[in-house]
Order: sequence, then structure tokens, then C-alpha cells
Amino acid sequence: MKYTLSILVENQAGVLSKISGLFSRRGFNIDSLAVGITGDPTVSRITIVANGDEYVEEQLEKQLNKLIPVIKVKRLIEGEFISRELSLIKVHCPAAKRFEVIKIAELMQAKVVDVAATTITLEYCETVEKAATLIDLLRPYGIREIVRTGTVAIEKGKAEIV
Amino acid sequence: MINGADIMVKCLQAEGVDTVFGYPGAAICPFYDSLYDSDIQHILVRQEQNAAHAASGYARAKMRPGVCIATSGPGATNLITGIATAYMDSIPLIAITGQVRSDLLGRDVFQEADITGACEPFTKHSYLVSKTEDLPRVFKEAFHIASTGRPGPVLIDIPIDIQQNEIEEFVYPEDVNIKGYKPNTKGHQIQVKRAVELIQKAKRPIIVSGGGVLSSGAKLKLQKFAENTQIPVLSTMMGIGVMPSDHPLYLGMLGSHGRRCANKALHTTDLAIVCGARLGDRAIAAPDQMSERTKIIHIDIDPAEIGKNVKVDIPIVGDMNNVLKKLTEEIGDYKIPEDWDVQVKDLKAHYQSKISTFDGFVEPRTLIGKLSSMLKAKAILCADVGQNQIWCANNFRIREGRFFTTGGMGTMGYSIPAAIGAKLGLKKRDVVVVCGDGSFQMSLNELSTIKQYGLNIKIIVMRNYRLGMVRELQDMHYDKRHSATILNEEPDIVALAKAYGIDSVEVSSNEDAEKYIGKIVENDQPFVLVCRVHPDTPSIL
Repeated sequence: MKYTLSILVENQAGVLSKISGLFSRRGFNIDSLAVGITGDPTVSRITIVANGDEYVEEQLEKQLNKLIPVIKVKRLIEGEFISRELSLIKVHCPAAKRFEVIKIAELMQAKVVDVAATTITLEYCETVEKAATLIDLLRPYGIREIVRTGTVAIEKGKAEIV
Repeated sequence: MINGADIMVKCLQAEGVDTVFGYPGAAICPFYDSLYDSDIQHILVRQEQNAAHAASGYARAKMRPGVCIATSGPGATNLITGIATAYMDSIPLIAITGQVRSDLLGRDVFQEADITGACEPFTKHSYLVSKTEDLPRVFKEAFHIASTGRPGPVLIDIPIDIQQNEIEEFVYPEDVNIKGYKPNTKGHQIQVKRAVELIQKAKRPIIVSGGGVLSSGAKLKLQKFAENTQIPVLSTMMGIGVMPSDHPLYLGMLGSHGRRCANKALHTTDLAIVCGARLGDRAIAAPDQMSERTKIIHIDIDPAEIGKNVKVDIPIVGDMNNVLKKLTEEIGDYKIPEDWDVQVKDLKAHYQSKISTFDGFVEPRTLIGKLSSMLKAKAILCADVGQNQIWCANNFRIREGRFFTTGGMGTMGYSIPAAIGAKLGLKKRDVVVVCGDGSFQMSLNELSTIKQYGLNIKIIVMRNYRLGMVRELQDMHYDKRHSATILNEEPDIVALAKAYGIDSVEVSSNEDAEKYIGKIVENDQPFVLVCRVHPDTPSIL
């Protein structure tokens, strides 16, 4: 079972290591972790996408809550939040293939951010699932490098984390 | 103007600290220099780990955070085992460590260690102080965090320049506001109602009491709740002392090394009311089977403990005092079903232990039982780890006293330093250590501390020339191959104690042991009583 947690933490040194340490120590698996400051510069928001059964999810939430710098942990409900991940994908692309790759990019609404003699780099900001589709489409051309930020997520409508 | 070191001392005074345990070094020298002029008593231990254990004993005796201090690098890393022990046993501790100059952090200079990083898994929280101005807030928060909610150790790592820098004035904050730390102590009323309904429906309810009942100071409330309802009580190792051992409702310690009647009751019950206990593997070996067999109400201040080891029917998060008060009010004049009352009495009578003895040796279980009645009612027994711990847990008859041991971490060498802390916390109490010859040798250097501060601590060493508990394990599971568990060529412990200036004698019969105990409890001098114990004496009855 995949789930997304949104976590507010005090923006201070060592918080991320406390959180990542918790994962390894208690044997929790994470798919992605993204962190950045919020509107309040003393508070950061962490989005974690993790995998595990209900027991693991409950334990993870409780153990995170025990960490003193953690202000709030909220499990986001499937279908009630927007999630995005930014990917930069460098594809092997000689001039002869350029048109094809650009066509795929257009189709998927990815942005071309760099073109060189034998490569083309796309910027893609979408859900993890759509990113997977794009990567599958690009794979036959030869993917040189992928950089991903990890998922960030926000609830739909008026809902807020606090 | 006031420097950081003076501020540290003032913070401790503001928290009402009168005794600290530590070992100095270069990076903590400014603090020690300030301490020199203060009225806080500093106890110089002989190794840093024991400073943490002593602070733990002190904390348990005084029911408030114990303070231990070490220097940077090796001083700090030596503290780790003590900090980890306090963490596992939920003991409130403030560990203060010196650190190298803040502009040198991360350069691997002399005696530098990333102690906040190293202690991350073993501390409730930690601080690496970066500004002298932050010290009062950090101390205020640290004491608050250590002593509220589920108690635990908090580490404050202070670079030497932060201790030396001066600021305008010292102001100790009146309160704390930590956004992410607001322990829920109330106990949800609806959950309490549901719990009471479950208790009223149960045919064979029991109470499983853990260390949380003692650390929250709810012992008498639990006794009252049990007496009102007549629900029998078991305890975990950390919960020993929650009821007087001879209380008609008390069935003893449960678990792999517990009493058979306690375990039998646990297997028979249809509702376990778990109070401030983690239900770790030593208490409940097969948690899945337990939750299939019986309904469970779990009361704990730490929400993360509920449902961690055992599936729970009714969770109640809150301070044990509040929850027990509410439970007592809600349950009214309910009494347990009569046939269960009879069954419990039968259980207790049926599983009376028969102890076999060896001629020419002390029988430790009988001796510990006897010891209980020779001490004052409020005596504190500090048991170490190994067979001696189990002998004490099952045979010491607690009246109004306390039983200090490390049930969670199981750290050998805990008892002597913990007794030092306990004695300094409660000077009028009888404080007795029971350890083995293995655990004694892990902290015998503290005899020196006992002597230096003239502490009246009686130490009973159960000497079988074995690491008895491991050897027992080898007997049972490793084909009696006694790999590295035989302690031959041991020193003469009596001579050793005397070298430290502490009187000592070795005995090989219960009669002699009792004779000496009778004598030594009358005086105010420390004593080491070495008891020859037959290596085949088992841990459990």
C-alpha cells in the first residue's frame, strides 16, 4: 500500500537526519522525500511517499509525531490531494531523432530545456505515474540521466495541514 | 556580563538541581570552573557511563530528572550506554557534554565526536547549542521534555566557546512553548467509558502493570483501583514495586523469567488491562497469540507504544494518574466475578515454589527473600543484570520500597552506580545492591566513589564464577558448550573491596550470609558481602 504523508517540522539543523534516521532504524521503506520551507520561514514542510501495510503506516505516523521538532503529521487521503514531481530527463538524441523526441514531449506536455548535438533534456512537472509514462516512451531512445525532486503534495480545496 | 558556564550552573539551580554526576575534561572545563563556586554537589564517578547510571538511580529515587556530565569525544561516547539504558527504561535524564570549539566542529580535532548524531536513536531529544543566548531556553526545554510525557534522556552538547562567551544578563524562561511537543495527559473520557464497559463484561480480568505506573507516581491509585475492583495484578520487571509483593491481589512478575502463577493468569484471562507497559518480548513472548486469546485495554502516555507490540481493543492515551482516577470514578462499586476471585487464589496457592539447595553454597533466592525482611520497609534494592536480576525480581518481597534495575536495556554494571544515585537522592533509605561476579566487575571501580563520598551502600555479590545467565542459555540451547562464560582466575573480591577501603567478607551458607546482613544493616558503612553460589542454581524457580 502506497501512502503520502505531509509533515510540518521546525526549520532547524538536524531535523532531516532525525527523520531519515527513523526510517532506517525502524525499518520503514520510503519511495520519496521532498523538503522545503513554507510561508512561515521557521517551518519546513516534508512530503513523504512510503510503502507498507496499515501497521507500518500507523507506527510511522506515531514515531514521527514523537520527534520533538515535528509539529504535525497528516496522512493525505487518496483522491483528495494534488501531487507533483519535477523531473529533468536527459535523452540520447542525435539530430535525426530530434523531431520524434520533441513530438513525444509535446504530446506529454513536457518542456524542452536543453538541446545539444546528441542529447535533448526535458523538464516534466507532473504526477509520478505520468512521469513513469514519459520515461517509458523515452526509454527506446536511450536515457542518459534522470533527476527527480520527489513528490510534493497539497490538499484540494480549502483543506489545510494545520 | 555573565558567561555561558555560569549560565549553565544558574539553569541547573533554577531547576532545583542539588546533585550532579560527572567526569571532567578539557571541553567542559569552563562549566566545571563555574560549578566549583556553586552549592550544587558534584559526584565524581570513575567512568562516564556510571555518571549516567547514577543519574538514573537518582532520577528514579527523587522522581525528577537526574543530571550527568561528561567532556567531549570519549567522555561523551562513554555516556552513550547509560543514555541508551535510560531511554529504554524511560528514565528522565539530562546529559550535558562539552564539545570542541564551534568553529572547529566537523574538522575531527582532538576529542571531537558527533555525540548528538551518535545519540540520536537513544535520546528523547538533543541540542547542539550554537549561541550562548540560547542556553536558558535550551535548559528549560530539556528539563521539560525529559520529565513530561513519557520520561526519557535529553542531551545538551555545548561547545567550549559557548561556555566561555559572555552575554548581558541571565534570564530563565518561565515557561516553554515547543510547537511539536504537547503530550496528551488527560485520557479520553469516551475511551474510559468503553474500557469500563469491557471490564464489566469480562469474566476473568487482570491488570498488567509496568514501569509507567511507577514513573507517573500513580502506584497508590493503581493499588486502590485493584483493591476496589479486586482485579488481580501482574507486573513487568520495570513494574515491580507497584504492589507490595505480599499483597493478596499481586501475582508477581510475568514473562519468560517471571512467576508461573502470573503467566498462568495471563493465559487464563479474557481481559488484560495494560497500564504503562510496553509489553516487550520478555514480558509477552507471543503477542499475536495473546491478542487472539484475550481482549486488551492499553493505557499509556506514549501513543506510539499502543498497538506497537500487541493489538489493542481499547487504547487510552494519557497520564496514568488521570486515567486511573477516571476509571475508578466510572467503574463505581464493580467487583470481579466471584469464581475468578477463587481461581486466582487457587493459582497463587498452587504455584508455590520449591527451591533445591546445594550444601556449602548460598541459596540466592532464599537469601533474597530473607533479605527483604531484614531491611527497612522503604528499602531500595538495586539489582544488576543476569541471574541475580531474576532472583531479585522474583524473590525480593517489596513492601513500601523500590526495585531499581534495567528491565529494558539490560545493561550489566547498572546496579552499583544506580545505587550511588539512589542513595544520594534518598539518604535515609536502606540501599542494597545485588549483582553477580560478572556485573560487579563491570563497575567495581565505583567502590572508589562510594568510599570517597562515604555512601552507606551494601553490596551483595552472588559469586558463581560464571556468567550465569548466558551459561544457562548455553545449557538449554547450545548443547552445554560453555563458550566464554567461565570466570576462572577471578580476583579475590574481599581483598579487592578492602583495597578500596571497604569492609568485605565471603560466605558460603545462608546462615552466615544472614548473620552478616543482620550486622551490616545496623551500621552506616558500605560493605561488600560475597556469597558463594552453586553454578547450577537456576534463574527461575
